[in-house]
Amino acid sequence: MNETHHHVTLTVNGVVREATVPGRRLLSDCLRHDLGLTGTHVGCEHGVCGACTVLLDGEPVRSCLTFAVTVDGQEITTVEGLARDGALSPVQRAFTECHALQCGFCTPGFLCTVTAFLRDNPAPTEEEALEAVAGNLCRCTGYQNILKAVHRAAQMQATQIQAEEGGA
Amino acid sequence: MKPPPFDYRRPATLGEALGLLAEAGSGGKVLAGGQSLIPLLNMRLAAPARVVDVNRVPGLDGIEAGPSGVRVGALARHAAVERSPGAAAAQPLLRQALRLVAHPVIRNRGTVVGSLVHADPAAEMPAVLALLGGSVRLASRGGEREVPAAAFFTGPMESAVRPGELAVSAFFPALPARSGTAFHEVARRHGDYAVAGVAAAVTLDEDLRIAAARVACVSVGPVPVVADVTAACGPRPAASVAWDAVAAAVRDLVEPEGDIHATADYRRHLTGVLAVRALRDAASAAHGEES
Amino acid sequence: MTTRLFGEPVRRREDPRLITGQGRYLDDLGAGALAAAFVRSPHAHARILDVDVSGALDVDGLVAIYTWEDLPGALAEPLPLLIPHPALTHGRTAYALAREVVRHVGEPVVMVVARDRYLAEDACALIRVDYEILKPVVGLEEAAGGAHLVHEDVPGNIGAHLVQEVPGPGGVTAREAVDAAPHRLEFRLDVERSACTPLEGKGVYARWDADDESLRVYSSTQTSTSVRMAIAAKLGLPLPKVEVVAPDVGGGFGVKIVHPWPEEILVPWAARLLNREVKWTEDRREHFVSSSHERGQVQHVRAGFDDDGRLLGLEVEILHDHGAYTPYGIIVPIITSTQLLGPYRVGAYRVEFSSVYTNTVQVTPYRGAGRPQGVFCMERTMDKIAAYLGRDRTEVRAANFIQPDEFPYDQGLTFQDGRPLIYDSGDYPEALRMLKELIGWDAFPEEKARAAAEGRRIGIGVGCYVEGTGVGPYEGGHVQITSDGRVHVSTGLTSQGQGHETVFAQIAATELGVPIEKVSVVTGDTRRFGYAVGTFASRAAVMSGNAIALACRKVREKALRIAAEALEADPRDLEITDGMVHVAGAPSASIPLATVAVLSNPLRYAFDEEAKRATQFAGPASDDRPPVAEGEEPGLEGRDYYSPVRSTFAAGMHAAIVETDPDTAEIQILRYAVVHDCGRLINPMIVEGQIHGGVAQGVGGALYEKMVYDEHGQLLNASFMDFLMPYATEVPRIETAHLETPSPLNPLGIKGAGEAGVIPVSAVVAAAIEDAEGIPIDRMPISPSDLHTLRLTR
Repeated sequence: MNETHHHVTLTVNGVVREATVPGRRLLSDCLRHDLGLTGTHVGCEHGVCGACTVLLDGEPVRSCLTFAVTVDGQEITTVEGLARDGALSPVQRAFTECHALQCGFCTPGFLCTVTAFLRDNPAPTEEEALEAVAGNLCRCTGYQNILKAVHRAAQMQATQIQAEEGGA
Repeated sequence: MKPPPFDYRRPATLGEALGLLAEAGSGGKVLAGGQSLIPLLNMRLAAPARVVDVNRVPGLDGIEAGPSGVRVGALARHAAVERSPGAAAAQPLLRQALRLVAHPVIRNRGTVVGSLVHADPAAEMPAVLALLGGSVRLASRGGEREVPAAAFFTGPMESAVRPGELAVSAFFPALPARSGTAFHEVARRHGDYAVAGVAAAVTLDEDLRIAAARVACVSVGPVPVVADVTAACGPRPAASVAWDAVAAAVRDLVEPEGDIHATADYRRHLTGVLAVRALRDAASAAHGEES
Repeated sequence: MTTRLFGEPVRRREDPRLITGQGRYLDDLGAGALAAAFVRSPHAHARILDVDVSGALDVDGLVAIYTWEDLPGALAEPLPLLIPHPALTHGRTAYALAREVVRHVGEPVVMVVARDRYLAEDACALIRVDYEILKPVVGLEEAAGGAHLVHEDVPGNIGAHLVQEVPGPGGVTAREAVDAAPHRLEFRLDVERSACTPLEGKGVYARWDADDESLRVYSSTQTSTSVRMAIAAKLGLPLPKVEVVAPDVGGGFGVKIVHPWPEEILVPWAARLLNREVKWTEDRREHFVSSSHERGQVQHVRAGFDDDGRLLGLEVEILHDHGAYTPYGIIVPIITSTQLLGPYRVGAYRVEFSSVYTNTVQVTPYRGAGRPQGVFCMERTMDKIAAYLGRDRTEVRAANFIQPDEFPYDQGLTFQDGRPLIYDSGDYPEALRMLKELIGWDAFPEEKARAAAEGRRIGIGVGCYVEGTGVGPYEGGHVQITSDGRVHVSTGLTSQGQGHETVFAQIAATELGVPIEKVSVVTGDTRRFGYAVGTFASRAAVMSGNAIALACRKVREKALRIAAEALEADPRDLEITDGMVHVAGAPSASIPLATVAVLSNPLRYAFDEEAKRATQFAGPASDDRPPVAEGEEPGLEGRDYYSPVRSTFAAGMHAAIVETDPDTAEIQILRYAVVHDCGRLINPMIVEGQIHGGVAQGVGGALYEKMVYDEHGQLLNASFMDFLMPYATEVPRIETAHLETPSPLNPLGIKGAGEAGVIPVSAVVAAAIEDAEGIPIDRMPISPSDLHTLRLTR
């Protein structure tokens, strides 16, 4: 009972990575166990909790509901890739500043989701921010500070963009 | 919770896909968005011998909107259809319904056609197709056939797709002038499958009286329950419709079952409430269309 | 002073690793370890006739298959009954792998070890177990009826029966007090099951070092020290040969205090036997059917009261569902029985519970641990009294409050720590005043009338609780200052997201006068601290916080003594600021703690420049004293323990305003207000976070979450699709205010805060819905469908 394996090449956090996996290997497991990127967490393996959310060609998707082979050749960003050149992203900074995490297990999924959301909607309303994080479960924070962090990150991002434009 | 082993194939052309599916027969399963299939695999509730991943088949991700309606390809993600201005203009109910489908992240990956084939009676897209009288195009090695919604949904999680067939697209017809649509549902949590939900389409006559009114109800039967409530609503302006009677009429038409989230009685009651809300919104949208 | 950090909203020191994906949770460890998976019973009650593994033997990557017959020695015996109690006359625990009979869906029957989890699950799917189906016992009252038995040798399915009675003035019994009261009410209440449901399930990873004959085990646990002792006992290993580490843990909420889970002993056993690393990572479905649940109770209440609503007598009979086994004893119903009294003085009180077996997942503490049920009972009683008398609900509560000048207040009962239930401090009238102001209680009737005029239904509810926190027996702390000036703090209890690394560092930095950046904290690692109890019962800050403070004080005293000698000053004149010991008011006369650490350890060999100062020819030394003075130890370190006589009692009050849809019966919480008193706050940001999370879990328990078993004992909603944990959209904005009544029982004056948020939520939400609808709400949780049904039967 030997399974057929497939060779996949993924660009993860800007780095080309290769793995040989059976067709059924979930992207979450491929990232965690084949590529050693354990920042992406697995909380339910049926797509409800959102802990495993990563960016696939920039769009947030559930890595537990995606086969690694399906996304062969595509770009993936995980929580490990959110900081640039060692500097935390505005979303990461806002999460710590606002105490938007406790046990931290769901956090990578929130960070990826919010990162994509604020890229597309840099100045969200309360309602939009709520909708944006409403597909991720957190059992610790009661979401209060996660919502605060979304808005705080939007502010930080705006300031950062202003500064960069001012500098350029 | 890991999927059982299967023979994974990733065809590069439609012909190749159909060949692989034909070969696999009833052991074959199509993978597009995977947002319904992969949970079933992870829970080992499904164990297909072969999974045919159509994500690399070119030409399946189209969203073609025109005056007659919207044709959505098998690889068009919920999010793409939701964002498509053309689709929203040609058939506003698509966007109204898609906003209620799960959560945005699921919609990034899940496909409209996949939702139809999955044929969950609690899901929104089957109700939309049923309400609009749309159709699904099925391809096989032997050719193509277009199956109307009324014949497509055959039972809970059962559709007319036969072994060896691939649903390549679905067509959502546009409505005549002076029409409006709405989708109302109650879910236990935001983004959950609806406890009950109603899609409505209303067309007004030149005097802005209701000329046609239809609803499609989710979670109240084995397949979406479509009801023509024109007689109960029209021909009157929305403001003078006896809405309680409409609610009662809809309640009489559905045969819901109870489950862990709601009693049958509550579902029936709710369907009446939501039908009225959806019809009134649809009528006012039709009104807005006119003005 | 820069080092005064106690009480400040210091940012968490855990966060940098957790927001960058650098946390180390259980399944992040052990790349390449073999994976374990289990064949679990699909039946609620059945006899195992045969296990046929032959079909699985060809699975590629299969390493081993074990059943109960394979287990040696103590491993084959039932799992320990962790908390025995004389009233638990028929305590029963499971075997690590089922022996002969399975008693709930999910009970482990066969263990499989394979190259990875996919393959292990493949093998599980191919193993055939033949069962003879036995009659399942499901539902509390059915179980208490005793027609069918969960355990053949437990008559009537009653595991425990306990009565506690506190007579009223003149020795009057509760029965007599109720019967003689001017007014009486009698009613029944129901609370359904829920579960902790941390986002990370359980998990165990074990490495056997064959050369050293030692075992290192990582477990996603709330008690690494006790897991260690259990493993050593079950595997027959000397304790020093077993180390247990709790890595980053993705939430616990009570379920991970239970131990040893079958997997916690089976995985290390297999690792040793196979001489390979083995790991088991629980998946979501396993967590639903083979960990723990809580909350399920039926309560019968008789209350007697006077015209002011003062409770003269209260009789409560509780049926408590403890599931198939009782590894955690009867802690939950004991807490319900005792904490039911809340902030009130009751004339005479009698509480009786029967703890009952059912063919369902075992019941062990979930955040709040029996208190939500007790508070539901008492607060529903208060509301019913108010309704009966036509009085304001807060007035009735105020009439029953224990007053600030009555502390310490003895409730006359025995608490979960086996000690008297004596409240140490509190100010309940002030808390209620603050809460009424925060929610706008007095103005609400007007608001309600305005809403009614618009066709909207809104209602308000209130709920009060007292929570015994910081139960013993003890925790310890160890503090070491090394010659680089760093402060290493360790404590044995574990962390699951409470921010212990931050608050314990705040305590140490404040006590020692060092910058927090110099302090590092390790929790839950038996290599660093071997004596501990665990993290539960809102005890970590109280227990380890105080232990660490005491250890720091020892170290500080020693540091001042050594520095005084070096500075030729009186230790009483010395202070420590920013890591420098200096003479008060004379900052130039100073010596860094790093140097003090060097001097504290007389050396023969210099390992770096700084160390030269401590070597034998470095400077003048007294010729007539030994380098390490009598009664002294080398090094600048200290260890101390905190062991309280009894628990400290935090308190709080919540209020909510809800809206119910007249047509769809949907229930929305419009506002949620919390007044919370956990004594002195170490880190207000973290306390607030704890409250938020607790309230959200409370909202889940009030409106969304339940465990739905059918008559066959099948759990019908064992997934996140159908077990409705709230998303952000389901949790209201939470408004909080703090009252700080210090505890007189401990040096820091603190009380626990971990569980508080969840405790009164069901009571508060029920009260608010009742107010909106005018229908008694006696069963929680409540769904729109339930409310619809109640409306029809009104």
